[in-house]
Amino acid sequence: MIHKYRQNEINIVLDVESGAIHVVDDIVYDILDYYENMPEDVLCGHLSGKYTLNALKEALNEVEELKRNGLLFSEFDYSSQISKGGNKPVVKALCLNVAHDCNLRCGYCFAGEGEYGGKRAMMSLKTGKKAVDFIIHNSGNRHNLEIDFFGGEPLMNFEVVEGIISYARDEERKHNKNFRFTITTNGLLLNDTNLAFINENMHNLVLSLDGRKEVNDVMRNTISGESCYEIILPKLIKAAESRYQADYYVRGTFTHHNLDFSKDVLHLANLGFKQISIEPVVAEDNKDYSIKEDDLPALYEQYEILAKEMALRYGKEDDFNFFHFMIDLEGGPCLAKRLTGCGAGTEYLAVTPEGDLYACHQFIGNENYKLGNVDLGITSDKTSDFKDLNVFTKEVCAACWAKYYCSGGCAANALNFNGDLKIPYEIGCDLQRKRTECAIALKCAVEF
Amino acid sequence: MKHIKTLNSKLLNNTIVTGGCGECQTSCQSACKTSCTVANQSCENRVTASDLQRNRK
Repeated sequence: MIHKYRQNEINIVLDVESGAIHVVDDIVYDILDYYENMPEDVLCGHLSGKYTLNALKEALNEVEELKRNGLLFSEFDYSSQISKGGNKPVVKALCLNVAHDCNLRCGYCFAGEGEYGGKRAMMSLKTGKKAVDFIIHNSGNRHNLEIDFFGGEPLMNFEVVEGIISYARDEERKHNKNFRFTITTNGLLLNDTNLAFINENMHNLVLSLDGRKEVNDVMRNTISGESCYEIILPKLIKAAESRYQADYYVRGTFTHHNLDFSKDVLHLANLGFKQISIEPVVAEDNKDYSIKEDDLPALYEQYEILAKEMALRYGKEDDFNFFHFMIDLEGGPCLAKRLTGCGAGTEYLAVTPEGDLYACHQFIGNENYKLGNVDLGITSDKTSDFKDLNVFTKEVCAACWAKYYCSGGCAANALNFNGDLKIPYEIGCDLQRKRTECAIALKCAVEF
Repeated sequence: MKHIKTLNSKLLNNTIVTGGCGECQTSCQSACKTSCTVANQSCENRVTASDLQRNRK
């Protein structure tokens, strides 16, 4: 399978199975429309009004050479590469919801303003330590383990965060593990003291801000309903600078109300942030702010604007990194990772303040996907539903050219929108395909 | 080649042999918590620029 498209006046061809990416001229671009279905002489006759016979033959030879080398129309059966795994899942990452409470009231919050449909609660240090023990004892021979401090707002329970990290550092030495910690915060409670601790201990820091003040203030407000923009912006700028503009993301959400979201990304870039992630809101169709199918053309245009602007800024003082356009063509994930994706419900679990284990942070509150707790470990056989998730067991993914980039999409979105872990959320897929095209186009634009 | 320029040399099929160690970052632990993107993660066996920068400090 190939996927071809034109962006920024560059003809791009992706060979899906090998992952090879080619920039081609107009002759090859046209030839590829007919190459698989027409004999060479018929193809040449078909395009003879546009190109000379010599040029067509020359281009066809190049196409043939790539095909012989497995770089075009390549065919591999990767289904045998799906890890069967053992009966016991290997857990390597936890989303630790240390606070089911929040000091902001964001209109689109999937966590129900921190409560996840339950009651407000804080994780105790005792439960946090049990979570550390759980991951160590369920991680098999994995050396690198991850814990993301999440919520709600994790800085509301920062003493416990410090205690958990201190305990994990002691335990990792005993068990030959390496913990990497991240924290996702709205920044409201950031101060010099906790920032110093974060910089000392956190592999990554995710800071929430939606972009322009007027956009941010539509959804993100304090408990008393006031704007949080002026309060948090200086703190976020300081945090980014203190991490030398690396190993952090300023992260926001765009909705139906700001379909011109490229302006929000550029607003953050112009404020000096170098690591930016702005994502589409995921919400039920009946919400006024949810992304509708009719919004897609405008959003596609926004991603193209962004890719074009990033190409112009590339290598200059005002360049920046956009999370969804990151693509490492020489050092990206291996095939095994691309086949199975995020690992929700198997190698990645979420832990509530009470110590209950869920398939991921987005499943919290859905009792069908409570998989156990930190005392007893995994007790539900629901994990088998997740073990079976890969790009070949999802019918629409198997036929999609972008399957090795999104790896089958978000399981929680699939369940929430379609009631089936194996039927991906369609608007999410549409946007993912566009982002992948733009990421590759940006790479082509700066390489050639 | 005159008509075609190939952008990348690392091919997916080659990573069957070298990959699968499972030591890399889980995608939802990076920046996004709602829209799964896997291909923008790095292979654990590749040293990143920020790792080098951190080591120099």
